[in-house]
Amino acid sequence: MQTAAMIDIRNLSVTFNRGRKPVKAVNGVSLSVQPGEVVALLGESGSGKSVTMRSLLRLHPKGTTIEGSMTVAGRDVTGLTAKDLGAFRGAVASMVFQEPRLALDPVYTLGRQIEETIMRHEGISRAQAAARALALFQKVKIPSPERRLQNYPHEMSGGMLQRSMIAMALACNPKVLLADEPTTALDATVQIQILLLIRDLQKEYGLSVIFVTHDIGVAAEVADRIAVMYAGRIVEEGRVADIIREPRHPYTKGLLGARVELAHGRDRLITIPGAPPDLAAMPPGCAFAPRCAQVSDLCRTEVPALMPVGGTGSVACVQCA
Amino acid sequence: MISIVEEPAYDLPVGERGGPAQPLISARGLIKHFPVKGSGFMKPKKVVRAVDGVDFDILKGETLGVVGESGCGKSTTARLLMQLILPDRGDILFDGETVGGALPLSDYRRQVQMVFQDSYASLNPRLTIEESIAFAPRVHGIAAGRAITRAHDLLHRVGLEPSRFAGRYPHELSGGQRQRVNIARALALEPRLIILDEAVSALDKSVEAQVLNLLLDLKRDFGLTYLFISHDLNVVRFMCDRVMVMYLGKVAEIGSRDAIFENTRHPYSAALLASMPKMDPSERTLEPPLSGDPPNPIDPPSGCRFHTRCSFAESICSENLPPLASVSESQSAACLMSVPGSRHSRAPALMEA
Repeated sequence: MQTAAMIDIRNLSVTFNRGRKPVKAVNGVSLSVQPGEVVALLGESGSGKSVTMRSLLRLHPKGTTIEGSMTVAGRDVTGLTAKDLGAFRGAVASMVFQEPRLALDPVYTLGRQIEETIMRHEGISRAQAAARALALFQKVKIPSPERRLQNYPHEMSGGMLQRSMIAMALACNPKVLLADEPTTALDATVQIQILLLIRDLQKEYGLSVIFVTHDIGVAAEVADRIAVMYAGRIVEEGRVADIIREPRHPYTKGLLGARVELAHGRDRLITIPGAPPDLAAMPPGCAFAPRCAQVSDLCRTEVPALMPVGGTGSVACVQCA
Repeated sequence: MISIVEEPAYDLPVGERGGPAQPLISARGLIKHFPVKGSGFMKPKKVVRAVDGVDFDILKGETLGVVGESGCGKSTTARLLMQLILPDRGDILFDGETVGGALPLSDYRRQVQMVFQDSYASLNPRLTIEESIAFAPRVHGIAAGRAITRAHDLLHRVGLEPSRFAGRYPHELSGGQRQRVNIARALALEPRLIILDEAVSALDKSVEAQVLNLLLDLKRDFGLTYLFISHDLNVVRFMCDRVMVMYLGKVAEIGSRDAIFENTRHPYSAALLASMPKMDPSERTLEPPLSGDPPNPIDPPSGCRFHTRCSFAESICSENLPPLASVSESQSAACLMSVPGSRHSRAPALMEA
């Protein structure tokens, strides 16, 4: 199984050196994604899920310290030069962002932006690129694609723009698609359309996908595996059905238990007390210990390692190992 | 002098005068159209029909949920109720009295408060949170010292220790803490109705659960009524007694929670419910329940506004606008399939009189 992972992250740590104190947003994350596999990174804001994913395209501001190793499609991402990085982004791994309105250029038509991507990577003529762009727009099921390619981003609805973003991400036939909460800003009726589109395209192209989300329901709709992040670390990882039916880590249990769907007939929700820790001042042991109901003395002193549990999953908790 | 006509009970506080059966708020024929910039010179003026004829009641002590896609008029309805914007047409009755008529606006504003989605943008960054909470009571004539004391009580009530938090500025708080401050501020005038406009949507799930519990506690302790606007149907199902589904500025369906969630009579509500992600990976959604985006509210479809996306649509649907008609004791729907004799093939036959 470990033979040829498409994405292999080993012991990744990302530290932002801005402001008064350095902030370690990602703290020793290891994750591997097989060819054709969809992994959802699930976590709350500040858990480091987006930072982990952005590291794969080296999208961090200058002065950010990245430790550990990352390999995508056999390429060592940490060692890429600026020129290689340009060829890598978009052609090997590409990204769909949460806010298409911010990610797309407002002064060029969508057609232009997609053509530009293809021409940059493949050096073909604009006419050939335009034909490819049209095919892509048909692929992502945008109605009247010829007309829509001439539109500027402000002329399109949120759902259409996210479809265009996906078209642009797939323009150069990448092997890896990174999706950063692509449906969070959309309505439920449009969200499900985009999720199904990503699922279909993933199957058709055999893409490896990392899908960042804070919504367990979304993860359950698209992912093969789920990795749950808390305060910069992966606390639990496993097949989607196992995580949802039998969560092991107390944080995952808490997240699943706090769902309002389960509160039928009850007048209160079960909650996780407290709030996530400050990343600039992390507790010495398990980051979840201050909020955990099953906390022991060991939890407060030692960071638990992510240990395999039950064959397919792994969990970072001294109580579960 | 003896009066024969019974005087309204003006000695009772606002909100108690109508008795328990009188709806706390009745919206009657609310219409709000926003003119579109850059149109209208030598051409007919274009308008966004944000709210286009909406009627509903909020009963005393209930939580009414409002759901719908973006652009359906949920937030505009809330702002109309708050009188933050004035309706083009239609009336708002508070406990049976017309707002701005029999009931002066300043008395009404005390009774109705709002919590917004963006917890940061809705607090003044240059006021400490105790000043923010004490602001409205001071405007309504309460002495500064008493207003600050009340602010501390409320902070305590929403789970923020006043000794630690009272002097902080909004940027020193987390999103969940700021939303607690906004809730405390809404409570400062002892209102009857609180409008929660996507108040928990921006919060993380574990924090959202904490704030929802707080809202339920406050409702019980202060005898509040909520208008709960959300796009998260699961949260609405948990929080609300009745639910109103809006589509393109109109009410598609309104009814008790169980009626809407278990036995919906409008295809749009059914599609919304089916769009919720399934929690079971073995029962994934295979077909999107609705295709495309909601139509443009500048130029809404003729007849039933949902007919362009409805799988049951027939030619009659593009001609006739379905009225919001009662389909059972606890439910009204605006769909020709529920109107006897509407010439829709699925409509019930007209009863012989």
